[in-house]
Amino acid sequence: MSAIEIARDVRAGSRSARDVVEEHLATIAGREAELHAFNLVLADSALAQADEVDRRVAAGEDPGPLAGVPVALKDNLCTRGVPTTCSSRMLEGWRPPYDATVVTRLREAGAVVVGKTNMDEFAMGSSTENSAFGPTRNPHDTSRVPGGSSGGSAAAVAAGFAALALGSDTGGSIRQPAALCGVVGVKPTYGLVSRYGLVAFASSLDQIGPLAGSVADAALALEVIAGHDRADSTSIPHAAPTLSGLLERGVDGLRIGVVRELVEGIDPDVGTRLSKAAAALEAAGAKVDEASVPAVTVGLSAYYVLATAEASSNLARYDGVRYGLRVDGDDVGAMYGATRAAGFGAEVKRRIMLGTYALSAGYYDAYYGQAQRVRTLILADFEAAYGSYDLLLAPTAPTTAFALGAKTADPLAMYLSDVCTIPSNMAGHPAISVPYGRGDDGLPVGVQLLAPALGEATMFRAAAALERSLVP
Amino acid sequence: MTTVTTTSWEMVVGLEVHCELATATKLFCSCRNAFGDEPNTNVCPVCLGLPGSLPVVNRHAVELAMRVGLALHCSVEPSIFHRKNYFYPDMPKDYQVSQYDEPLNVGGWLDLPDGSRVGVTRAHMEEDTGKTTHVGGGGGRIHGADHSLVDYNRAGVPLVEIVSEPDIRSAEAAKAYVNELRAILVAIGASDARMEEGSLRIDANISLRPAGTDALGTRAEIKNLNSVRSLGRALEYEVRRQTLRLEAGEVVVQETRHWNEDEGRTSSMRSKEEAYDYRYFPEPDLVPLAPSEEWLAGVRAGLPVLPADRRVALGGAAGVPATDASVATVVQQGLDGLVAAAIEAGADGRLALNRAANELAHRTAPDVAAFTQVLRMEGDGRLTATQAKAVLAELVASGGDPEAIAAAKGYEALEGDVVAAAVDAAIAGNPGEWERYAGGEAKLAGFFVGKVMAATKGKADGKAVTALLRERLGAS
Repeated sequence: MSAIEIARDVRAGSRSARDVVEEHLATIAGREAELHAFNLVLADSALAQADEVDRRVAAGEDPGPLAGVPVALKDNLCTRGVPTTCSSRMLEGWRPPYDATVVTRLREAGAVVVGKTNMDEFAMGSSTENSAFGPTRNPHDTSRVPGGSSGGSAAAVAAGFAALALGSDTGGSIRQPAALCGVVGVKPTYGLVSRYGLVAFASSLDQIGPLAGSVADAALALEVIAGHDRADSTSIPHAAPTLSGLLERGVDGLRIGVVRELVEGIDPDVGTRLSKAAAALEAAGAKVDEASVPAVTVGLSAYYVLATAEASSNLARYDGVRYGLRVDGDDVGAMYGATRAAGFGAEVKRRIMLGTYALSAGYYDAYYGQAQRVRTLILADFEAAYGSYDLLLAPTAPTTAFALGAKTADPLAMYLSDVCTIPSNMAGHPAISVPYGRGDDGLPVGVQLLAPALGEATMFRAAAALERSLVP
Repeated sequence: MTTVTTTSWEMVVGLEVHCELATATKLFCSCRNAFGDEPNTNVCPVCLGLPGSLPVVNRHAVELAMRVGLALHCSVEPSIFHRKNYFYPDMPKDYQVSQYDEPLNVGGWLDLPDGSRVGVTRAHMEEDTGKTTHVGGGGGRIHGADHSLVDYNRAGVPLVEIVSEPDIRSAEAAKAYVNELRAILVAIGASDARMEEGSLRIDANISLRPAGTDALGTRAEIKNLNSVRSLGRALEYEVRRQTLRLEAGEVVVQETRHWNEDEGRTSSMRSKEEAYDYRYFPEPDLVPLAPSEEWLAGVRAGLPVLPADRRVALGGAAGVPATDASVATVVQQGLDGLVAAAIEAGADGRLALNRAANELAHRTAPDVAAFTQVLRMEGDGRLTATQAKAVLAELVASGGDPEAIAAAKGYEALEGDVVAAAVDAAIAGNPGEWERYAGGEAKLAGFFVGKVMAATKGKADGKAVTALLRERLGAS
């Protein structure tokens, strides 16, 4: 049942939020042990929230646009009084004293938080295997990864544990797992959704977005969480966009370019589905041809400089002094060292070291400075492309879901999972991954629509058209 | 002047002054900016750097920082914040949000009361750290301490760091710079500038070079200067220390040194080998700070008249150079309005300045009319200097009418021949002293003035007595 249908029924009083939540909790109970989508299931508080929604409905109050909709939150979104771990030993047991802005907005909209989802530690990874609490498995094939870093959120939606989930996307961490799990995933324009309460990985790239079973559900969720927030200086001073009413408008006359540089080297399974998506958009009235955005090919390496540089600073605060893990040492320096050695996993340490190096005296300009110049170049190339196209089409990930353990020994191969998604983060642009059938291996394939800054409305229209073209 | 100088070495000093801005709330959150509250009560997720929290710049802090820049004749520029990364328990995020290569205020100056000018390189914004108390071990330092207590009330308090050019050449000038800067900061309402509460903190960079040369020597940075007096003492100590090294053919090591007030010496904190690499990079959680022309104009228009301009105005009104010491004192004491009004009402400029600087400093000023009246009485010769001072003291203590006070004290200017008679009597009664005075022992003038004062019960005018003594000297 979709989020829209749940909210409609709960608001109308034809179904209780408690009933909805109990059903989802039952689904979780049935498969969570197998999938490990959650770090924490919040059964009691979810039922209490559902009862509050039902009370408001009974009292004739407006229970909100997401009344009774079960949502799963990536475990890097702060929840007041509820552990927020980032799937790290470092923050195990830490309970934030405040809610993230998106969490407040979801609650005010009547949504019910059913749990905190598993992720790659501090959102660093593409398979959710970097979780300190063990991997999440792909609901479509439990020998496969769900993607990452928002793998728990993607798996939760795919498995019917929640109608909606929130993830965070720094280099593809919403879209890539959405593609691998066969759900819709949105990376909004940078600044459209407040980052207040999102535990930072790379501040200039991080963006919160929804994962959902349909484009319409994702649109509804984004309408709720988007809009200006004074607590985030990088928040765009606009109201949330209106998306839901536009989804039926189709793509007639839209110019859509398939990004040539992002098609090269992808799996045939993915390539075939991408071609079908392009054809479907054309059939729906769009003008589709091949576009070139040359700088995207250098996005990956520049991203791993910028993201790790920011991360090295953002993660400095986990020092054992104030909260989270502390491992004592003979003096403060030894305490720092022992705490961070024990608290962080291998991938987090690798990225902190890379980022620290990139910012070091004498290397700053060659790495950080150069990467910033590449970022400017990517933005310029996108701008040039958007002179000729309304939207761009690309694969979301180069492959379908890979086997657990397939890439854990080879960080570079893992990093390449994000090659198609990183350019949008570098540019601050929105992108959406829409499931577009399955490959010959039987696994879901996602295709990605990219738009210029604040181009969500057009992007969602095309995403909805793509989705409709799949329905038999 | 207690400055240590040698014939061969010149001291070169630049000061970095951290000033806490007098905002109601902190730089990036709405916690109270207050001194002396119960530890860790003015804290929130933002200033504790809790995961997920984000900074939002306090507009009033920016405005006060702009005031500082404008008062120091800086250019206010579009600026950005950077992160300065280093680990320390009093820094909640283990980086400090500061400004680096694009600061808010650049390229100004500050004029000292003696007329010399010190360049101001920059005045940038940053957040303060928490406050650490190291318990156990020695020296109050983190190394060797049993444990440390951290108070984060101060974390995130807005600071402006004012960096001077290395234009200062003496300990006295360094102290004058800090005093002048404090006066400006207080005058513009940017800070209460209380060193004892840490709302003004000074680091000094000092190097020596052979007098008459231009190249800069290797500098030491002195920290833990808790008062203007400490600054002077520490600089004098450093000059001695560096002079000894240089004259022994050794080099001065570039390092940070800690001033120990009790021992009266500096000691090495860390050398260049251990120097931090702060890995500055642009703070991605904040947007560029580019004050609009309108905002800037509004801040400029709201600035009060600054101490240096008040000194110029007062010097002009009194007909003395603005660099006159009494002018500086009168302005520093906030008495320039009173003195100017008295001059306007006909009082002698020099007399008004001197009486205000010496008799009214740190006291409650009398009203303009009464002050002017005392000056007139003195100027007319109806009161001696001594009497005028006594009347002023009474005015300050109890108020009242100067004429009535003088009358009550029995002050009537003595007839000139009474004074002359007293002078002659003093000479006649002390022939030995008079001979020595006549022989050139000028300091004996005081002896005779004292005798005359005693004979006239203090009613004689000291200046008139001195003049009479000279007259008698010429005649003898």
